[in-house]
Parts: sequence; C-alpha cells; structure tokens
Amino acid sequence: MTAPVLDPVQRPETAARRDPPWITIVWNDPVNLMSYVTLVFQRLFGYSREKATRLMLDVHEKGRAVVSAGSREQMEHDVARLHAAGLWATLQQDS
Amino acid sequence: MTAHFRRRGAGAAAKFSPAEAGILRQAVTEVMELLGGPEAGSDDPLGGLGAAPEPSTDPVLGRLLPDGYRDDPESAAELRRLTESSLVAEKVRNAQAVLAALPEAGGSVRLGDDESVEAWLRALNDVRLALGTRLDVTEDLDIAEDIDGDPDSPRAYALVVYDWLGYLQETLIRCASVAG
Repeated sequence: MTAPVLDPVQRPETAARRDPPWITIVWNDPVNLMSYVTLVFQRLFGYSREKATRLMLDVHEKGRAVVSAGSREQMEHDVARLHAAGLWATLQQDS
Repeated sequence: MTAHFRRRGAGAAAKFSPAEAGILRQAVTEVMELLGGPEAGSDDPLGGLGAAPEPSTDPVLGRLLPDGYRDDPESAAELRRLTESSLVAEKVRNAQAVLAALPEAGGSVRLGDDESVEAWLRALNDVRLALGTRLDVTEDLDIAEDIDGDPDSPRAYALVVYDWLGYLQETLIRCASVAG
C-alpha cells in the first residue's frame, strides 16, 4: 500500500471522509421473537420483508447487525425508536 | 394457558380465561409499576432538560431502558436525559392499553386497528423482556426441560407463563404481519 498524495483541491472531500457516518446497531438478545424483530425492522425503517428478515438473521446468528446509517441525530432517533419497540440498540461512529 | 390471537377484520381478537386475564394483567401492572407507575414519564419536550437520569442497577429496567451508546457513558447519559422520559411514558401508555382492553374477569378482547395491535405487541414484548431477564433466559434455554427439572417450583410456573406470553405475542404478530 502507498500513502495517498494529497492534492489541496481534494482536501474538503478528504476531510469529509475523515468524519465517517454514524450507524445504528441492533444486538442479539435471547427474548425477542425472530418474527417480532423482523416486523419491527419493516415497520420502523420501511424495509422489505426480505431485507428485514436478512437483518434479523444477522442479529440472531452473528450477534449484531447494522440496521441504519446517517447523521448522529438521525441515529439517536433510530435508537430511541428501537428502544421503544423493545429491541437492544446502540449507535456509534462507523469505523 | 392457551389464549391466543386470531385475525379479525383489520385487527385481531382473543379470548382470555379469568386466570389468563389475571396473570397478564398482573405482569403488565408489575412492569408499569417498575417504570414508575401510571403517571411515570412525560412527552413534554422540556421534560428532558432536568438532571440526567441514572442508568438503573435493576437488570430489568436496564433491559427496558438500555444505554444508547455502548462505550461512551457521557453520550449515553446525555441521550438518556433527552429520551428516557418519553420512552417511559410510551411504555406506560402501552401497558395501560392492555389493562383497559383486558377485562379483569377474562373474556373477549378485540383490537380493531393497527394502533391497538401495536400497543399490545409492544406491551407483551416489554413483559416478556422483564420476565425473561428475571428468569435469566438464554438462547440455549429448553423451557420444557427446565420445567421438568422441578415442575412444582416458582421458576417452573414463571416459565409456563413466559412460554405462553411468547405464544400469545407470536399469534398477534401473525395478525399484524397480514394487516400490514
């Protein structure tokens, strides 16, 4: 790998990249029903049944899934909505 | 315990025995009391401007009102300050929707619209989270085996209730999925 050569003109874009987006993560828990988690993903995010099911299976099998990405404020909003539905969710900066 | 929901029009309906109604009402009431009672929480946007509420040391409250940040206590406290009061108010509202619809002596419950189905789904989920946390439920739990181990114990009784609540919620989810 080589270090990128910084062109001053590209600085703003590079700066933006240094500020990665925020993500909302849903964590696995032993109580929530798989069908309920899928329904919550469909209802809160408008995801298709297929996408919601895939995310639910990721939570179940891998222990976690990234369910949304965006600004910090948006992710705090998503986390609050997920907590209202009883899912275990946190936000963090993507890394 | 066999009560379950069936699709009825755009909503769902279920019939509860007096015992089932009593058990569910008690479980829902306990969650509501744990959250601070019928008057707990506030939807007032200025309600969050006070001191930051402490994360609870009670594992059940910790599960019902989890931290929004995993490794950042300061941000978690700030988010809690902004959102916890309305979160509590919403959970209490859902609990009250169940108590209002479910006759103490048992009988039929009719949930006529998406809103009431959603309130029941969330209230049932909160009750299962509370009970599941108290019972230290894990992914590997075999409920039947656990009950057979000591069938007359309070734990076995609680597991029967927990199992039924999961069944009840599952049947309501099926109604909700079809209703969209």
